[in-house]
Amino acid sequence: MEIKLNVKAEKENSHYGNSSNSNKNALEIRDLNFFYGSYHALKNINFNVADNQVTAFIGPSGCGKSTLLRTLNRMYDLYPNQVAKGEINFHGENILNAKQDLNLLRSRIGMVFQKPTPFPMSIYDNIAFGVRLYENLSKPQMDERVEWALTKAAIWTEVKDKLNQSGLSLSGGQQQRLCIARVIANKPDVLLLDEPTSALDPISTGKVEELIHELKKEYTIAIVTHNMQQAARCSDFTAYMYLGELIEFGQTDEIFVKPQRKETEDYITGRFG
Amino acid sequence: MSDVLINKRAILAGRKRTNNIALALCMVAMSIGMFFLLWILSVLFIKGFSSVNWAMFTASTPAPGTAGGGLLNAIIGSLLMVGSCTLISTPIGVLAGIYLSEYGDKSRIASITRFVTDIMLSAPSIVIGLFVYALVVAQAQHFSGWAGSMALTLIAIPVVVRTTENMLRLVPGSLREAGYALGAPKWKVSLMIVLRAAKSGVMTGILLALARVSGETAPLLFTALSNQFYSMNMNAPLANLPVVIFQFAMSPYDNWVGLAWGGALLITLSVLSLNILARVFFREKNRG
Amino acid sequence: MNTISNMQKSTIRNTKTSKIQRMQDIAFHVLSQFSALFVLIVLLGIIISLVINALPALKEFGFGFFFSADWDINKQKFGGLISIYGTLVSSFIALIIATPLSFGIALFLTEICPITLRRPLGVAVELLAAVPSIIYGMFGLFIFAPVFADHVEPALANSLGKIPYIGTLFSGAPNGIGMLCAGLILALMILPFISAVMRDVFEIVPPILKESAYGLGCTTWEVARHIILPYTKAGVVGGIMLGLGRALGETMAVTFVIGNAQRILPSLFAPGSSIASTLANQFGEAEPGLHFSSLFALGLALFVITVTILTLAKLMLLQMEKKQGSKS
Repeated sequence: MEIKLNVKAEKENSHYGNSSNSNKNALEIRDLNFFYGSYHALKNINFNVADNQVTAFIGPSGCGKSTLLRTLNRMYDLYPNQVAKGEINFHGENILNAKQDLNLLRSRIGMVFQKPTPFPMSIYDNIAFGVRLYENLSKPQMDERVEWALTKAAIWTEVKDKLNQSGLSLSGGQQQRLCIARVIANKPDVLLLDEPTSALDPISTGKVEELIHELKKEYTIAIVTHNMQQAARCSDFTAYMYLGELIEFGQTDEIFVKPQRKETEDYITGRFG
Repeated sequence: MSDVLINKRAILAGRKRTNNIALALCMVAMSIGMFFLLWILSVLFIKGFSSVNWAMFTASTPAPGTAGGGLLNAIIGSLLMVGSCTLISTPIGVLAGIYLSEYGDKSRIASITRFVTDIMLSAPSIVIGLFVYALVVAQAQHFSGWAGSMALTLIAIPVVVRTTENMLRLVPGSLREAGYALGAPKWKVSLMIVLRAAKSGVMTGILLALARVSGETAPLLFTALSNQFYSMNMNAPLANLPVVIFQFAMSPYDNWVGLAWGGALLITLSVLSLNILARVFFREKNRG
Repeated sequence: MNTISNMQKSTIRNTKTSKIQRMQDIAFHVLSQFSALFVLIVLLGIIISLVINALPALKEFGFGFFFSADWDINKQKFGGLISIYGTLVSSFIALIIATPLSFGIALFLTEICPITLRRPLGVAVELLAAVPSIIYGMFGLFIFAPVFADHVEPALANSLGKIPYIGTLFSGAPNGIGMLCAGLILALMILPFISAVMRDVFEIVPPILKESAYGLGCTTWEVARHIILPYTKAGVVGGIMLGLGRALGETMAVTFVIGNAQRILPSLFAPGSSIASTLANQFGEAEPGLHFSSLFALGLALFVITVTILTLAKLMLLQMEKKQGSKS
């Protein structure tokens, strides 16, 4: 469970497959650089996302935390002039590799966005849509999967009587949990959450945070948040980023109690940001 | 885990095939569009340029069966009609645009006008021809350049109205407020500040309207008709390029058909350059 | 004392100025409002003048005018069915061809095309809309129809023409000009209008919605089919109807290539007439009387049909705009 920012030590330790289950890394990021055209948005990022743990990214807006998240499932590939260099190892493969199958990658590394994004279809189909992409399930199997995913996302009891209604008919918080259910239904290895509660009210935020806590038993979670309390509440590891650099990375308790770097301390104590 | 992955890969392969076929079909659609554009333009240039000569701009349309001739009277007639149409439609269109953006805004009368204007943009132009015929030609008992010009005006106005309104809406509210803060009355703010700020956008609308009416043929058939001789009398039937092209293209005489191609090239070149000019103005607007 | 009187003067002057300005303001308001109303007046004027002039024919032939296929100038018997049929059939053909092509083009330009080519190709498609309709007519008559008669129509007759029932549509002499050719040229003309609307509505799909579909592992086509198309349904249908409205009223291009025969024949290769082509061909020579009035009745029918279609199109697009408004 000990992960230090010492890059060289980590490189030696993290030989894939040898480490015990609890110590496994879901994603290993090595020398990652990211460019929007000529703008250097991420500078030499190195760290690991531990398996079955929650890793939070914090930092002032524009620091590159969302950009970093979007490299992890190569969402940036949709747009021209955005380039990532370096290595992101996922199950022993470098996903930045040009040969990487993006569709498959994205089905294994799911993503939830800042705003709820229900598709223009029924609640049931919102869930079934992603499943149908990769699996041929019979109707009862699919029903079961939809119920399973909605239950996991703690929204089943609220929607079970209106599965045929449009996903847009739900409240904002429900929509966001629907989107989480949609991603879970695909049975991904990793969940990327990009400020998932920024558009939600405090009660819905609480529900989503509880959900994150439940989900980390089975999933590796990476979450970008602008809310430091949220990072402190839900994450096991925290990365503080500033101006495209990873300033400090470590266990959340340590980062929030005794940060190593002055910049981190300033940000956390609210002196800046 | 890996079994699942193999299965997923197999399903994905099928989906990717569908994806590739669909995307390929999209490219085919794009190519078909481009193919016809290039085909039309190249035919037009080849046929058109081979009949363009000096006489086209100096001689009037030839009588049936006579050799030679040009399009001078038609060019002059078209310029007269399009020119007067621009002079009439610009103030009306711009004023209506100002009303919709500055005065009417969300009022009922403004939204109805907006709706009707949008419909008139696409309404069949030949019906406009019928209307002007009934209103002007039938009353005056003769075709005339003015009637043609009026038909074109009715077609141009909706174009000017809608572009003007859209462009005025892009002007930031703070600019209006700054004007009012000086104590300027609303009409001065609208006319001297907002309209001026959107100048190049409004210009775009006028040029687009010009481009639209320059190629219009149908409404002129029943209004200006045509005139075989050189004339600048707007009160009598007036020769004009589109109708001459129509009559000559359908005729059995080779020199007439040749002149029709020459005229077609002339019209297309002016319409396309007006269009491109409008784009240039619009881009300038967006830059400023 | 002196100062006070100066102040009074300036107050008087100010009230005077403000009075003048208020008058000017009202005058300008009225003037601009009248300009806006002008468009409404024109619409009303068109409808009234068409109805008045169509009245003699409608009185003579009754409502049956629109369902009668008689068009005999010598016997002074007129019915609009031939032209109405031609208008509807040629526009329908145009729509069948232009809709998938426009969808492909719009999808290509918004989702597939490399960013550097997007602008020039987009402008090129728009230029297709700027080419005057008479040019399409000449191109259709002199260039396209011969090619069509020599290569396309025989091929169609040998393939689709052999199928029972629908085979009749593709039978008869391959003339080039005729219903099918008119439909094709029309398709080409309305394609830029439909694809422009589709492009506009595709672009309002929130990127985050597309990203979440890509995030599940969707391919581009799946995103288009399951996310973009359902999201923009109203706009897409509106665009298609806008194209239909354009096709129905198109005159010059159709007049050149439809063949201008006052008959209804089952084959799509055969020549026919549309309302617009009948008007373009006959109005200039029509004698005042029933012929003249019948042509106005045709114009009225055309105007009513197109305005209805365009109104529906506009309503669908407004619905789309509202959706966009509520999203942002």
